[in-house]
Amino acid sequence: MDHLLEVKDLEVKFALRMGDLTAINGVSFTLDRSERLGLVGESGAGKSVTGFSIINLISKPGYISGGSVIFEGRDLTRLTNEGMRHIRGNLISMIFQDPMMTLNPVLTIGTQMVETLQAHMDISRKEAEDISLEKLRKVHIPSPEKRLQQYPHEFSGGMRQRIVVAIALLTDPALVIADEPTTALDVTIQAEIMELLLELCESEGTGLILITHDLAVVSQVTQKIAVMYAGKIVEAGQTEDIIDNPRHPYTQGLIKAIPDGRNPGARLNQIPGTMPSLIDIPPGCSFHPRCMIRGDICRHESPALKNIHGYRSMAACHMLDTAEKQAGANVTK
Amino acid sequence: MKQWKRFKNSYFLHSFKRDRVAIVSFVVLLTLILLSILAPVIAPHNPYDTTTIDIMNAEMPPSWMEDGNPDFVLGTDIQGRDLLSTMLYGLRLSVMIGCGAVFLQAIIGIFIGMISGYAGGKVDAFLMRIADVQLSFSTLMVAIMISAIFQVAFGVGRYEQLAVPLLVLIIGLAEWPQYARTVRASVLGEKNKEYVEAARVIGLSSKRIRWRHILPNTMSPVLVISTIQVANAVMSEAALSFLGLGMPVTKPSLGSLINSGFEYIFSGSWWITLFPGILLVVFVLVINLLGDWLRDVLNPKLYKG
Repeated sequence: MDHLLEVKDLEVKFALRMGDLTAINGVSFTLDRSERLGLVGESGAGKSVTGFSIINLISKPGYISGGSVIFEGRDLTRLTNEGMRHIRGNLISMIFQDPMMTLNPVLTIGTQMVETLQAHMDISRKEAEDISLEKLRKVHIPSPEKRLQQYPHEFSGGMRQRIVVAIALLTDPALVIADEPTTALDVTIQAEIMELLLELCESEGTGLILITHDLAVVSQVTQKIAVMYAGKIVEAGQTEDIIDNPRHPYTQGLIKAIPDGRNPGARLNQIPGTMPSLIDIPPGCSFHPRCMIRGDICRHESPALKNIHGYRSMAACHMLDTAEKQAGANVTK
Repeated sequence: MKQWKRFKNSYFLHSFKRDRVAIVSFVVLLTLILLSILAPVIAPHNPYDTTTIDIMNAEMPPSWMEDGNPDFVLGTDIQGRDLLSTMLYGLRLSVMIGCGAVFLQAIIGIFIGMISGYAGGKVDAFLMRIADVQLSFSTLMVAIMISAIFQVAFGVGRYEQLAVPLLVLIIGLAEWPQYARTVRASVLGEKNKEYVEAARVIGLSSKRIRWRHILPNTMSPVLVISTIQVANAVMSEAALSFLGLGMPVTKPSLGSLINSGFEYIFSGSWWITLFPGILLVVFVLVINLLGDWLRDVLNPKLYKG
């Protein structure tokens, strides 16, 4: 009882001329206070759409067609726009991929921070500036008093993303949704930002949903992982279980695809094929055309996410026994 | 002080200093505007004061010509008014009407363009069709209709009193679609950028996003068309006055001066038309040259090297 966030059977559709496309098909997960969850999957799996539907900001023609998003006891899918605005940026905030784009180029950092605070709290400009300074210090921006007066183009990419993190944490939200926060940055800065995010979430007790395709990042930051494929969660569980002992053939493929540097020059193990387009998701298990261990049942019947016998994680696969042998084979190899 | 320092080091000032045309245009424009503002102080005569006008001085040629009178440097018009003073007062009226009309255009146009671009869909289609309809009537036609109706409804005497605000209204109403289209186009480009999404995620109201976040980002094209629109408005006013629908002869603008002299041009009094004409051309030209320079500076994609 009393999860911070409970997403139940979430279904998101896009109304197009040729009919409705289902982008998210029955996604459920829970997040406790100050817990960190990683949403992993290829491009187009529906990770970002899931993130946006939590704050009820899917852009047209998309809409939430079913399910519920319970946040601190309230169903966000049922809130009015006005009620939702009180939550966005206040109790739930979001960090985007590209810090070059998310800051308004014509307003100073200070203006943008003060504005965020004043949108949610009844405070003076001076007080808002003090809070902003404190947050800038927390994200290790040197001489924040001076920086507050500057425009986004006067900052480097890594600094901008730190400012974005500071803005996201301004109002001490209970939940931060980070949508690929480090994709646009180079590797050293990536690590720096992730460390900062982790450190701040831990010290402030903030919940985090980290949306990424980078399993290495997720494994360092989050406690839980949900792997998404074609709008569904195919495997979910504790981070160490999923990373060390993936059950679903898709997760296994993803983990095998990480370059480990043991055989320089060798081909990477990639999953053959590409994610199906939402227009023609194959019948049965949507992963079966790319699956190495598919059986007959996979072509007709869509597998449900269920507990795996003898494991703590959950997976949606008909052929779990075969997958287990496969995993065993990999370990011995 | 800090702002000044920032301005001093800016690319804006740098490119201004390198562009000779821009400097000359700016100096000329500044001089003309100062002259027009200070007209009551520096003009040798007051053309509005009928007691100082002597009809015996009518159609006197410029002072350097034969029969010229050193009291009237550029000669006098058909009513015996000093042409230089009348021109200065006329320029003042033209600038006032031009700026007023552009201000009105900008307010209406920016408001409608912003609503249209941000809302999209049916609202957008509806507002833009209104703009199309408005543009399909020429400024002159709208102006002729409105001023004709006004003159019939309120009488010519009242019209002469209200000519300035009326001309501002007419020219302002006739040209707002220019602004609306420009702003709408920029808003369409800006509203899908991520900072707008981010502002929404922060929980700002859409009103605030529109006016505080999107609007400043659409300002550079608006600034450029503003300069050109001032020149256009001055031209429209001159055209209307030339047709006898603008400023009355008792308070002539540049256009009505040109018009009043036009009838006498073949009887040899060319100066009444020529000098106000030159002033008008120079004024409009420097505004346009400055507008061109501004467009180049604000749009780095058009970099000329």
